[in-house]
Amino acid sequence: MNKRKPFPWHVVVFLAPATIVYTAFMIFPLLDSLRFSTFAPGPDRTFTFVGLANYQRLTSDANWAPFLWNAIKNNFLFFAVHMLVQNPLGLLLAALLSSQITRFKALFRTVLFLPTVLSVVLIGFIWRLILSPIWGISKDFLGVFGLQHLNQPWLGLEGTALVTLSLVSVWQWVGIPMLLFLAALVGIPDELIEAARVDGANAWRVFWGIKFPLILPTVGIVGVLTFVGNFNAFDLIYTTQRATAGPNYATDILGTFFFRTFFGMQLQAANPTMGATIAGIMFLIILAGVLLYLFAYQRRLQRIEL
Amino acid sequence: MTAPTRLPGKGWGHWAQVVATHAVLLAYAAVALFPVVLVVMNSFKSRRAIFGSPYDLPNADTFSLVGYQTVFSGARFDLYFLNSAIVTGVSLALVLLFASMAAHALAEYRFRGNALMGLYLAVGIMIPIRLGTVSILRMMVALGLTDTLWSLILVYTAQGIPLAVFILTVFMRQVPSDLKDAARIDGASEYRIYRLILPLVRPALGTVAVFTMIPIWNDLWFPLVLASGERTKTVILGAQIFLGQYVNDWNAVLASLTLAMVPIIVLYVIFSRQLIRGLTQGAVK
Repeated sequence: MNKRKPFPWHVVVFLAPATIVYTAFMIFPLLDSLRFSTFAPGPDRTFTFVGLANYQRLTSDANWAPFLWNAIKNNFLFFAVHMLVQNPLGLLLAALLSSQITRFKALFRTVLFLPTVLSVVLIGFIWRLILSPIWGISKDFLGVFGLQHLNQPWLGLEGTALVTLSLVSVWQWVGIPMLLFLAALVGIPDELIEAARVDGANAWRVFWGIKFPLILPTVGIVGVLTFVGNFNAFDLIYTTQRATAGPNYATDILGTFFFRTFFGMQLQAANPTMGATIAGIMFLIILAGVLLYLFAYQRRLQRIEL
Repeated sequence: MTAPTRLPGKGWGHWAQVVATHAVLLAYAAVALFPVVLVVMNSFKSRRAIFGSPYDLPNADTFSLVGYQTVFSGARFDLYFLNSAIVTGVSLALVLLFASMAAHALAEYRFRGNALMGLYLAVGIMIPIRLGTVSILRMMVALGLTDTLWSLILVYTAQGIPLAVFILTVFMRQVPSDLKDAARIDGASEYRIYRLILPLVRPALGTVAVFTMIPIWNDLWFPLVLASGERTKTVILGAQIFLGQYVNDWNAVLASLTLAMVPIIVLYVIFSRQLIRGLTQGAVK
């Protein structure tokens, strides 16, 4: 339609503001940060190009590597708890919410999604209070089941802190997979399900035999969103365990390691180039996850309109 | 299951299923609500009652506003709320304007590089903007924008654009072309046509608004890095710092948590229907 016109200026006008802001404050910083990770501070506040030396330092130097591998290991554990608890729980709640026999659906949806709209900072503090041995709420609850002797300062012990915080994060974010699964389940045509019912299949068989295979694309999307979100997490650990991600770095994940490094803290000077290097590693991990998803779901992707 | 009827039978098994379904949902609803209710309830109690009877509602004996008094004398939460409102409001307006314009261009016009442009703008959906923080901080220092609300607004606008463009493009493609063609025949300019389409995708704009708003309001990272001065603190950063300072004053901690939480809960309850409808529809098809 624009062939006779000299140049479609209006298209440029429509695209320019979004493209300029997005490029200047998102794409450029991401690329510039990657570039910056190949520099090191020289004399007189200058930076000199060092190639991949920062990456080598980060992955093998005794002052850096143990922290990096610890953070990566913790981050994978954090992710594993979300995949094993959050997403199955979200699927269960969605299945119950989409069932024909469920009443007060809107009310349940609203209540179950509530924690997800609250700030991680507030959630972190609330759970710190609840788990605090001073208040004793967690002890009372174990007491209901006669297990009060099992009560521990969950956030203070190296062995339990990370799993506890992962479960707090699950408590907060389960609303997202729940709604995504719910949207997918509601979208399944009734005829398919009724046909199976007529054939005598019970609810369990209908779910795993018909509904679940149909919502597999959503399973993939939930998986990749969980991955990206978990490897970008920071607020919960920072709020409950401070930037040092205690006890003894037991809850340190890439987000807190990155923050400590580029921003510095009391005893540690800010190191922007090494910070950019950690961001580079995070970028590679997230990119690998996203590419794996795109590769695994490639056939599906072709049907998503861009 | 024996009878192959269309509706489930009303036998014993059916009622067991009904009861079990609701029991699980009720149990999880309690798990979701309990921590929030506990904090709000205890924020109105005296210190003695917080520890002595944490599960009771405040009564004449235990009612106390001492925590709220500490909060209002110890921190400028009114200012923090204003900062959060300005940052969230302006960023949201810019995201909606810029993204709807870009989505209109991608949905309406066939030009070379259309698909590539869509892909370019979608990259940011999956790659978190946080990874560019080192450069964003250096850039804001160079521009003299640190400790200003503008630094946050610019970053949040960039952060919100990718998903907003993606969702709005899908919805704008569904607007029938007859309408636009009729307007063109009447001599409407392309800019006029954009303004004609906007009201037609209002539900999508609502969805995008919610998607954009919640992470901005709740963010801790960028206020901490870019605007941690007293005058530019957002509610979340203000609460985070206040909570750290008053960590042993349980009244103040509970009161500040309640103050930071309740406005969002009220807004959420009012808009939850639209929000959840939007989230369910806006999910990638």
